[in-house]
Amino acid sequence: MPSIVLNKKVFEELIGKKLPLEELQDRISMLGTDLDRVEGNEIHVEVFPNRPDMLSEQGFARAFSAFIGSKTGLREYKLKDSKEKVIIDKSVIDVRPFTACAIVKNINFNDEKIREIIQIQEKLHITYCRNRKKAAIGVYPMEKIKCPITFFAEDPKKVKFQPLECDKEMTGLQILSQHPTGRDYAHLLEEQKKFPFFKDANGQILSMPPVINSHVTGKITEKTKEVFIECSGFDFNTQLVCLNIIVTALADMGGEICSMELEYPDTKKVTPDLSPRKIKFDLDYCNKLLGLDLRMHEAAKLFERMGLSLEKDDVLIPRYRADILHQMDLVEDVAIAYGYENFEHQIPKVATIGEIAPIEQFKSKISRILVGLGMLETNTYHLISKDAHNVRMNNEMDVIELENPVNVEYDILRGWMIPSMLGVLKDNKHNEYPQNIFEIGTIFKHSTKTETLVEENERLGVCLCSKNVTFTKIKQVFDCLMNAINLEYEIKEVEHGSFISGRTARVSVKGKDVAYIGEIHPQVLENWDLDVPCAAFELNVTEIFKFF
Amino acid sequence: MEENKITSTLHPLERKILPLLSKCKTLKELVEASKLKEVEVMRALQWLSNKNIVKIHIKPKETVELDENGLAYVKAGLPERRFLEAIKTKALHLDAIAKNAKLVREEVNACIGSLRKKAAIEITPDKKIKLTEPGKKILLKESLEEKFLKKLSKKPINIKELNPEEKFALQNFLKRKQIIKQVLEKLRETELTDLGKKVIKIKIKTSSDIERVTPELLKTGKWKNKQFRKYDVKADVPALNRGKRHFVNQATDYARQIWVELGFKEMTGPILNTSFWNFDALFTAQDHPVRELQDTFYIKHPAKGKLPPKKLVENVKATHEHGWNLGSTGWQYSWNPEDAKKNVLRTHTTVLSAQTLAALKTEDLPAKFFAVGKCFRNETLDWSHLFEFNQFEGIVVDPDANFKHLLGYLKNFLTKIGFPKARFRPAYFPYTEMSTEIDVFHPVHKKWYELGGAGILRPEVVVPLLGKDIPVLAWGPGLDRQMTEFYKIDDLRELYKNDLKQLREMKEWML
Repeated sequence: MPSIVLNKKVFEELIGKKLPLEELQDRISMLGTDLDRVEGNEIHVEVFPNRPDMLSEQGFARAFSAFIGSKTGLREYKLKDSKEKVIIDKSVIDVRPFTACAIVKNINFNDEKIREIIQIQEKLHITYCRNRKKAAIGVYPMEKIKCPITFFAEDPKKVKFQPLECDKEMTGLQILSQHPTGRDYAHLLEEQKKFPFFKDANGQILSMPPVINSHVTGKITEKTKEVFIECSGFDFNTQLVCLNIIVTALADMGGEICSMELEYPDTKKVTPDLSPRKIKFDLDYCNKLLGLDLRMHEAAKLFERMGLSLEKDDVLIPRYRADILHQMDLVEDVAIAYGYENFEHQIPKVATIGEIAPIEQFKSKISRILVGLGMLETNTYHLISKDAHNVRMNNEMDVIELENPVNVEYDILRGWMIPSMLGVLKDNKHNEYPQNIFEIGTIFKHSTKTETLVEENERLGVCLCSKNVTFTKIKQVFDCLMNAINLEYEIKEVEHGSFISGRTARVSVKGKDVAYIGEIHPQVLENWDLDVPCAAFELNVTEIFKFF
Repeated sequence: MEENKITSTLHPLERKILPLLSKCKTLKELVEASKLKEVEVMRALQWLSNKNIVKIHIKPKETVELDENGLAYVKAGLPERRFLEAIKTKALHLDAIAKNAKLVREEVNACIGSLRKKAAIEITPDKKIKLTEPGKKILLKESLEEKFLKKLSKKPINIKELNPEEKFALQNFLKRKQIIKQVLEKLRETELTDLGKKVIKIKIKTSSDIERVTPELLKTGKWKNKQFRKYDVKADVPALNRGKRHFVNQATDYARQIWVELGFKEMTGPILNTSFWNFDALFTAQDHPVRELQDTFYIKHPAKGKLPPKKLVENVKATHEHGWNLGSTGWQYSWNPEDAKKNVLRTHTTVLSAQTLAALKTEDLPAKFFAVGKCFRNETLDWSHLFEFNQFEGIVVDPDANFKHLLGYLKNFLTKIGFPKARFRPAYFPYTEMSTEIDVFHPVHKKWYELGGAGILRPEVVVPLLGKDIPVLAWGPGLDRQMTEFYKIDDLRELYKNDLKQLREMKEWML
């Protein structure tokens, strides 16, 4: 979850109230965010990814002050016409088709405000913009640039400019390999023949989205009073939301939002659009889902607490809210404003019949039988190393490998239980013997019958490990179990790389192979660094369960 | 008199040992004099000590003796000597030295280091090793180490008895691998107590008391009119190891029981699923960060599985792209069936809820389901993170269900697993709305802990699967927190460490 830092003084000014720490913490939590910690003048809060509008000090304060009742209702933002335009060149349509732009005037940038605008940009980039994949934001000082601005695409070897925090000019291509930010985001551009750029009326390059701004024309300083803002990417709506979040935050800093005309090759658009969106609100639907009996005027009050407003049965939603997809989202806003802590806890009188899954009941019974034989149950990971599973066991299996394992110790899904169990014995050499263990776990193998092309089985593994363990001992345990569950079986001698030849058996029930029994081969024991004899069986529980 | 009463409770072993105690002091002496096994003498001494007849003094004694390599070197000579012998007549390459002196790589390297320090060897320009003049002298003399080794080959030596030269040799050996081992022995010495001194004076008759009840005794009736030797009923007995369920499974079984009591039916299903079920059916957009490689485990082969019936896929696609006919905006992007085919290790048991909803008929409502199972996330193992974790999942599919019921069910469950104080605060998950985070209060740490999420499934999830917009209450908190809490475990890795001693000693799940 992204976290942002609020300047306590600025925040208190914005919400028009000072709250004691405990109340602040409680209210922040109950709004659906989280107070991480307070350090001196800094408040660290976490914001859920569905509320990018709260990723700035201003946006957070806006939502919070409504929630605590100090400034409720829909905020209205005035929009002036800047009379400036941005030309979107045909060349960029195939590369980066959309941009949404605005100018914000009359801000006195200082250190604090510069930090704040960088924070909003950064947090939006990471979250809502999906690491600049979906959208990228640029902010530019108007005193350095001349309108109209052009958005175009060009061969990156032909375009040269001085990227941020760099003392020399580079071509677009050089930036991707030589500039640290360029390297970080190179993967977003490198496959393109042409790269997107913004330039001003004098032909100065402003930026190469989504990678970097120009050091000359793309850096805000304390002298800046007026900024040009653009969001560019692949979906116009996403660009609009981003732009709205930033311009409203800047307006809350005292700025004046001005629209721009966007001249697309075949159409003209004006951005931003800050007129509220409308969604029909069904009070009955809301009451039914929440188990409440609210009246319309009560619901209206609750909406005001969430920075929305109710106009007849339409809810007016500000343009910076990206989380309202469905009426259900409005119901949640009502619930949050009502206070989760104020809902009763009810268990309805609905008659349904409870049941443990039959396979789970069966597994429980088998476990009980083995516990009765004095065995200890283990619980191992489904992931194991391919080396342990195939090489150490001297038994090559076509296993299911992970695409992205954490490390080589856990790089496959196990295909049988015994390797996991020998792993347990290996880790317990310092403990008392005999070590008689069992486990019922899931194993994975290739299949053509399932949706995933992988079949999963429940398998019982049993290992007896002590100085006088023999085939007889393990067969006794197996026989005892099969008698207990009343299954007749047939047994035949087979060869298996993990077991001693002549002391390995395959067991079948009604013609179905269901188990291996054997004494673990000394070479396998040596591979596992074990020096106490071990005999084991593995039984396919899923398969024998079919007989019940 | 006390001492007379005591004599009647003596075990035959004790009777044998007791008379020897005035002469023999150490365990070894007692074993020799009594001709009993060491364990038997130990047991007898323990019992006598329980009866306050004898005091056992344990004196630690540290000795040094030869270890694996040490024993081998006694026969073959120390590696450095063998090394020097090999180049006595002419300079050789390393491989030749190793071969002639029968040394392994590791030993060769160690020799080079130590012999160069002593200037016993030098390296010629053609990379051969040559014996130097000081080297020749070393070769003639028996070193301190060799003297020490020879002495040790006869018998272990008490560390206190070492002279300064031997101590020096020992220090050098301890830096090397498995030449010497230090053994800490506990010497037991006995001393009769005042009571013991009295007891030993009483002439202990060979008792005619019955020692053990045997089948023969019972058949013949010979036990009649005889005394049974008195046992010390307070004496400690050797511990037994019993069979046992794993403590994590005890807890998951308990969770099962609670849900069944509340009328829930268990869902089961595969651990490996297509992304369709794990993410898409749960309205998690295809560019959502949770679907990235650093969060979720994907499979190399088969990397992709098959999609479910076409109609369901089409409805999910429409819902993601534009909200289908649900009055939703959807996520506004172009949905890719290839991404939905990718196989993943389930990241939540909610995948089971999605599959259950898809199979459920509306005439079977209301219905309640639960699951307890392992889920996976791509995480490096440390004390607070596991890549496999347990989750419990529940859904209530009921046309009349509401948010209050959600809180009611959860509260009831939390109380039963030992968290009477819980709070619900707003949260965000892509597939629920109202979404709530479940916090439980830790009475000792005086802190709220997050247990996991819950909510009402969004229409964008329910309608494509179930075919109808019916409220579905859903929750999927982790279970590991309760377990570590109950079993007093600080490190999550302990849950699946499978240390058999820990498993044997771990308390039973008693909730």
